[in-house]
Amino acid sequence: MNRALISLVAIVQREALRFVGQRGRFLAALVRPMVWLVVFAAGFRAALGLSIEPPYQTYITYEVYIVPGLCGMVQLFNGMQSSLSLVYDREMGSMRLLLTSPLPRWWLLFCKLLAGTAISIAQVYAFLFLAGLFGISFSWSGYVAVLPALVISGLMLGSLGLLLSSTIRQLENFAGVMNFVIFPMFFLSTALYPLWKMAEASTLLRDICAYNPFTHAVELIRFALHGEFNAWALLWVVLSFAIFLAASVRGYDPARGMIRRRAG
Amino acid sequence: MIKTALTILLLTTASATAGEIWVSNEKDDTLSVIDDQSLEVIRTIEVGERPRGITFSKDHSVLFVCASDSDTVQVIDPNTGKVLHELPSGEDPEQFVLHPDNRHLYIANEDDAITTVVDVETRKVVAQIDVGIEPEGMAVSPDGKYAITTSETTNMAHWIDTKEQSIVANTLVDQRPRHAEFTLDGKELWVSAEIGGTITIFDVADQSEKAKITFEVKGVHPDRVQPVGFEMTNDGKYVFVALGPANHIAVVDPKTYKVIDYLLVGRRVWHMAFNGDQSRLFTTNGVSGDVTVIDVESLKPIKSIKVGRFPWGAAYRPT
Repeated sequence: MNRALISLVAIVQREALRFVGQRGRFLAALVRPMVWLVVFAAGFRAALGLSIEPPYQTYITYEVYIVPGLCGMVQLFNGMQSSLSLVYDREMGSMRLLLTSPLPRWWLLFCKLLAGTAISIAQVYAFLFLAGLFGISFSWSGYVAVLPALVISGLMLGSLGLLLSSTIRQLENFAGVMNFVIFPMFFLSTALYPLWKMAEASTLLRDICAYNPFTHAVELIRFALHGEFNAWALLWVVLSFAIFLAASVRGYDPARGMIRRRAG
Repeated sequence: MIKTALTILLLTTASATAGEIWVSNEKDDTLSVIDDQSLEVIRTIEVGERPRGITFSKDHSVLFVCASDSDTVQVIDPNTGKVLHELPSGEDPEQFVLHPDNRHLYIANEDDAITTVVDVETRKVVAQIDVGIEPEGMAVSPDGKYAITTSETTNMAHWIDTKEQSIVANTLVDQRPRHAEFTLDGKELWVSAEIGGTITIFDVADQSEKAKITFEVKGVHPDRVQPVGFEMTNDGKYVFVALGPANHIAVVDPKTYKVIDYLLVGRRVWHMAFNGDQSRLFTTNGVSGDVTVIDVESLKPIKSIKVGRFPWGAAYRPT
């Protein structure tokens, strides 16, 4: 087998083993969106559903609206979790071992991303299955069409995590990531409320939401789940992915990156 | 490409039942015509003031519209959209029903507490029958023997013998009865009560109460669950009930009288009409000013179409 592929398989296997070993993490990954769906959405059930925006053709309940956003949330948390594990790897020294491989650094990091994305997709499908049990289901074509959307959004969110991990020195700093990255990204997006609802509160909030790459990841997933394609969202997500990946490859470059600067 | 193929397939298979849904817009004084294949408004026609009840003649050659505030029933050519003539309807006609003889129109005159019977050929009033206060719902039995008027304030269904043009029985129903329908076999009469929040089913043979259906929509206050218009499928599988400000359509099994499902539609859903093969149901949503299309097989709302302000009634005609 090609060396690049061997490394890819090895990295994916390692991530998968680690994920399987952490049953609590899988449970948490499912419980988190389910709590939002069952508890939070129940309270807002009657609040939305009064406007029809693409990809929806008719009125929907809030539970239906929130599901794509929660898929995005699963991937966002997973991306950050991967970032946390990278910081851990670095502290434990296994990262150094990985990066000393003769393969190109960008490839190794990309493998890491792909592994994380695969795990996040498994989590999303498990969540969609549970949501289906609660009566929120999509067409079969929607479940298939969402796969490529999840791959690209997972890569984008994973690369953001990668970028963050290159700037975090210690595990303890991870709480900061929660406060300054996950929460603003999640709440300032269309995951919980549509843009027109945000515009009612403030146009500034609406504009922030419209520029948030997470918004576009959620919209990409939302359209795909309804069997439609959102080219604008895809463009944003791909562009964000390219920027985040390039920045993290640079961040992990010992000659130029933040690791060196901090160590020095 | 797959999408195009599917569209072509859909168009060819559906062409046998292609038609239009005509919707009366209460506040716009217009009718919106929806193509039942493309699900788009293809025509808007100006009519008299406050159009509400709407029905086609049996051969779909003319359309009757209750222009409530113009105190008349307008007869419209559906091909040209022109008003052919007007029928004397009594004051404030709200709902009506065409007798199976295709000749006699039974009209509820809300302000006058009477039901007016008009001969659509001679254009003359044949009879005026005193009924309860604020008559609204109108139905006629499939054999044409009975016409029913429900009166909103008296809370009664009045059974009119169509030969004698007089009331032969009165049956109490829950508060503010809005709509009445006979089952296809003519054995049952269903009457919805808006404030009572129920549908009462009567045995036509002896006019006795047979069953009562109540509704409960998750997350909606019981006061807002107000059954108004309803329609039955010809195969006897479903009855769809509009629940007014609850913004839902209840799906009822007419054999067990149990509610199977509640479907989310637009705001203040009022009346509805099926397309030709009853594969789709079109509901008029007054406050949101749109019509929601429900796929009958999957029991799923598939699209909401903007029409005029306060859509009220709906009727189907094949094209």
